[in-house]
Amino acid sequence: MTKPLVVFDKVQKHFGNFVAVKELDFEIREGEFLAIMGPSGCGKTTTLRMLAGLEAPSIGEIRLNGQVMNDVAPHERDTPLVWQSLALFPFLTARENVEFGLKMRGVDKAERKERAFKWLDKMGILEFENRHISTLSGGQKQRVALARSLVMEPQILLLDEPLSALDAHLVIRMQAVLTDLQRELGITFVYVTHSQSEAFAMADRVIIMGKGEIGQIGTPKEIYRAPANQFVAEFVGRNNILAGKVKSVDGGTARITTPSGEFTVPTNEVNLVEDHNASFVISADLVHIATEEPDGGNKAYCKLISEEFVGSMVTLFLEDAQGHEFKVQMQERELSKFDLHSGDEIWLSWDTQSAHVLNES
Amino acid sequence: MKQSRSLNFILGIYVVLIFAFVFAPIIFSMIFSFNSQRFPTIPLGEFSTEWYAKVLADPDIWKAARNSLIVSCSTAVIATFLGFCTAYSDFRYNFRFKGPYLALILLPPTIPLIIMALAMLAWLSKIGMSGQLYSIIIAHSVLTAPFAMAVIRLRLNQMDPDLESAAWNLGGSEWQTMRHVIIPFCKPAIFSSLFLTAAVSFDEFAVSWFVSGLNSTLPVVVLEIVQGNIDPQVNAIGTFVFLTSMTLVVLAQLFFASRQIKGIQS
Repeated sequence: MTKPLVVFDKVQKHFGNFVAVKELDFEIREGEFLAIMGPSGCGKTTTLRMLAGLEAPSIGEIRLNGQVMNDVAPHERDTPLVWQSLALFPFLTARENVEFGLKMRGVDKAERKERAFKWLDKMGILEFENRHISTLSGGQKQRVALARSLVMEPQILLLDEPLSALDAHLVIRMQAVLTDLQRELGITFVYVTHSQSEAFAMADRVIIMGKGEIGQIGTPKEIYRAPANQFVAEFVGRNNILAGKVKSVDGGTARITTPSGEFTVPTNEVNLVEDHNASFVISADLVHIATEEPDGGNKAYCKLISEEFVGSMVTLFLEDAQGHEFKVQMQERELSKFDLHSGDEIWLSWDTQSAHVLNES
Repeated sequence: MKQSRSLNFILGIYVVLIFAFVFAPIIFSMIFSFNSQRFPTIPLGEFSTEWYAKVLADPDIWKAARNSLIVSCSTAVIATFLGFCTAYSDFRYNFRFKGPYLALILLPPTIPLIIMALAMLAWLSKIGMSGQLYSIIIAHSVLTAPFAMAVIRLRLNQMDPDLESAAWNLGGSEWQTMRHVIIPFCKPAIFSSLFLTAAVSFDEFAVSWFVSGLNSTLPVVVLEIVQGNIDPQVNAIGTFVFLTSMTLVVLAQLFFASRQIKGIQS
């Protein structure tokens, strides 16, 4: 088990009457790539700014290497941040931008230059060292911003939606650059984003935040397959959520009655009580479709409403007789075997083990 | 397109007329400053630099020019410093009564000059600071600081507010950040403000006349000469004052323009 580098100990942040962060209680492990993801206004950027010292926690403690950081000024911390706006200094050249932090720390000129060269080279932008920021492209600026933070050789690097201004194809490339860098350097990355694809593609662990609280902490797979609660399940998307009442509990499985029918689910350590409310999710990619009614198991009869193509993947949006929405995700070439049109009615089914009971109803 | 071309033509004429109207008196004054005749009449006499020679030989005028130079340079530095501080406090901080605070700062140019001049004289003489060269500097700094503040504030508004935090984040203390980020970013506006406030101070008459006592500046000397008799020396001084002010204003504009081009690029 790696030791925690950063500890958020019951941290709250209020702005006047507005509670930006309700309660944060988590650890950042040394050397991990942690993504903090959530909708806008969930408090993820505030969390990052507290770590950088740009906001002070109203209640609670933030510890870095065991040292309480609450009253440490931002310039006395070693927590460089890559800004959403990049915040490069427009009156300096690329190299002067990279040298800035070293200059503030009083590193002498020769060493500054040497270290700036090393990082500009590593980021593949050495040839632009004397160019002014305004003459660089979006991707080049991004690399200058990364070099400017990494040249400080910090223990932890903070990133605030750094890829949100880039074109889609550049985002994929920069994701690869970031993950490679993180593995190679072994430093801790804390990456704030609203983009699920960025978080899931890069992070070792993801924190899902909503309304100033943590919804779930886990690996991307855990969050995707086993969302802890309705908020996470909905935010992650592409999930079918069914809510109803527990009919019976039998060892490792339970029967749940919903308006859409009766289903069997694995209990997975969740304490289900008969006649109490319960809800569960099935990932859209774990649902099968069929034109004939399947024998037994979990099934629903639905009408096709619409389709959505993303590359070779298709998402079908369906509705059962009660008007409950179902989503099915599959390969386009598999779907083409069915020759479906909107309005067609088909059977959906899934394995019992594909369902995941939520911890709260 | 044809319509817009004729419209452009009319607008062109309009602009030329405006410029002619504004600059004709100054151009005539310049022409007469090289005229050998004592009275400004047409036809002109011969070309002569007699009046310039006379001006250059007059120690009172030299003294006034020196006063003007000291006053306008000092005013430029003080007003720009004050303007920068107020613009930065507006950029950086939110506080109660910020609206009234800003309104109060922008007030001086809206007060009629003559009232301002009288008030300055009354106040400065009350505290025993009137009739000195520094009296004019104080009065001019009050008068021009709002211009400095407006120019620098405009520049600060173009700044990404994350820039300052980014400097702190990279280990810069507040003073280091001021020196290495805020001031370099504002540099074009600071120069623009220096030239602009120097220009305003250099040809300001009313306030100077009231508070200067015996330390008259060039515009005050011009009036003193005109009061006595008709003397083409005035044209020569006027030409010099005009060219100086224009140069300063053009320099201010150049910094202003280069800044805006940079603003578009970044």
